[in-house]
Amino acid sequence: MMWNNTYDIIVVGAGPAGSTAARYAAAEGASVLVLEKDRDVGYPVRCGEAVSHEGLIQFIDPDPRWIATTVTRFRLVAPNGCAVEPKLDGRGYILERRLFDYVLAQRAVQEGAHVVTKAYVYDLLRSSDGTVCGVKVVVKERTYEIRAKIVIAADGVESRVGRWAGISTNCSIKDMESCAQVTITGITVEPDRLDFYFGSTVAPDGYLWVFPKGNHTANVGIGISVEAAKRRSALQYLQQFLETHFPHASILTQIAGGVPCAKTNSVLVKNNVMLVGDAAHQVNPISGGGIISGMIGGMIAGQVAGRAIQQQNFALLDEYPALWHKRLGWRHELFYSIKEVISNFTDDTLNSIAESVLKLPEDKRTLGGIFRVALWNKPSLLLDLAKLFVS
Amino acid sequence: MEKRHIPLMMYIVPGKCDFCGCCVGVCPEDALELLEARISIIEERCTNCRKCEWACPWNAIEFHRGGVEYLPRVQPQFINESR
Repeated sequence: MMWNNTYDIIVVGAGPAGSTAARYAAAEGASVLVLEKDRDVGYPVRCGEAVSHEGLIQFIDPDPRWIATTVTRFRLVAPNGCAVEPKLDGRGYILERRLFDYVLAQRAVQEGAHVVTKAYVYDLLRSSDGTVCGVKVVVKERTYEIRAKIVIAADGVESRVGRWAGISTNCSIKDMESCAQVTITGITVEPDRLDFYFGSTVAPDGYLWVFPKGNHTANVGIGISVEAAKRRSALQYLQQFLETHFPHASILTQIAGGVPCAKTNSVLVKNNVMLVGDAAHQVNPISGGGIISGMIGGMIAGQVAGRAIQQQNFALLDEYPALWHKRLGWRHELFYSIKEVISNFTDDTLNSIAESVLKLPEDKRTLGGIFRVALWNKPSLLLDLAKLFVS
Repeated sequence: MEKRHIPLMMYIVPGKCDFCGCCVGVCPEDALELLEARISIIEERCTNCRKCEWACPWNAIEFHRGGVEYLPRVQPQFINESR
């Protein structure tokens, strides 16, 4: 057998959040086992793959082996086609997630963690007082019980570990974004620019993205709220966009997924189980971006868990939600409130904002500038925002 | 476990599902679980609320008012043993 019967910490899921949690927990000296249900770490990729430089370098130096392209510009396209290209300070990357996730798992192993793939956790072990003390797992058709003092649930949007521990992790249909993405090639796109398309006919309650991946290739994806997807699925909106914008493209991959664009889950720790990443809804509620947020959540959880093991004091785990909130959770709550305001914009409002922004001198076309224009176009926005600060 | 009194209507069209987990994430009843390439429906828990149908990006989920007994489907596996 390639693993032990007992560990200090078991991490369920080897995505960016899980591997980062494992890395930082192992660095604190804990024995860590990572269990990944899929055959491969990093595959299938269910992600638009965009990250900011500033976010990334907190964890790892950019490496051309897992970076498809560097982006320095972005463009917002209003429903009437009016395009605004705000100034972007800094740069971002489109990753090759299947390679990136690999490297993150390697980092965890370098710190002393052990990773097992094709390992499906199907239940938790509990002590008589209700605390969780391990997992039940199926590896290649055989079941095992592996004990651990702490279980970190990094099992993604479909998280069940949290639910088994008594934490409600399901996402409301208003906040869950139903996403579909294709990687297409044989197209012409700006190789260093992210494109975002908005509007009720393109992507209701969400947006459509075109992220370049080099070599005339791009990730073209869409996320719409499940509420909006009642009427028409994400796939149908995506197909409509592809027919008008890239009718002759070849599709290399097609993926789907759900993104919980909600506030962070209200409970992050219970019965020695900690939630990280998508399982904890650690996602920027406006952009849907969750790679760096999940890694930050994973880092904090891993460090806290490692210290709890060092001191054999599991009350320390309760520090994790407060540390997360202080680091990023508060921003996600603010973004969530802004998202609620923006989602009430009509296509006409979006069009007139874009047209007004284009009248600004180029150096004023910043996100702040766009925001001021938005306020000017829709003064009631100010009221909505005021409400959010006093409520 | 309480015996279900309504027929299961949820149906995952074979070959359409991409195993992305979006349906699992919106299920308020904890009635779905995802393996590497298999979705299991825990029939006793499903209330036919249809949220999973709306959530599915690939249109892989259908609801059949008359029940799904006559349709081919995957049997549930690895149901959480302790409930």
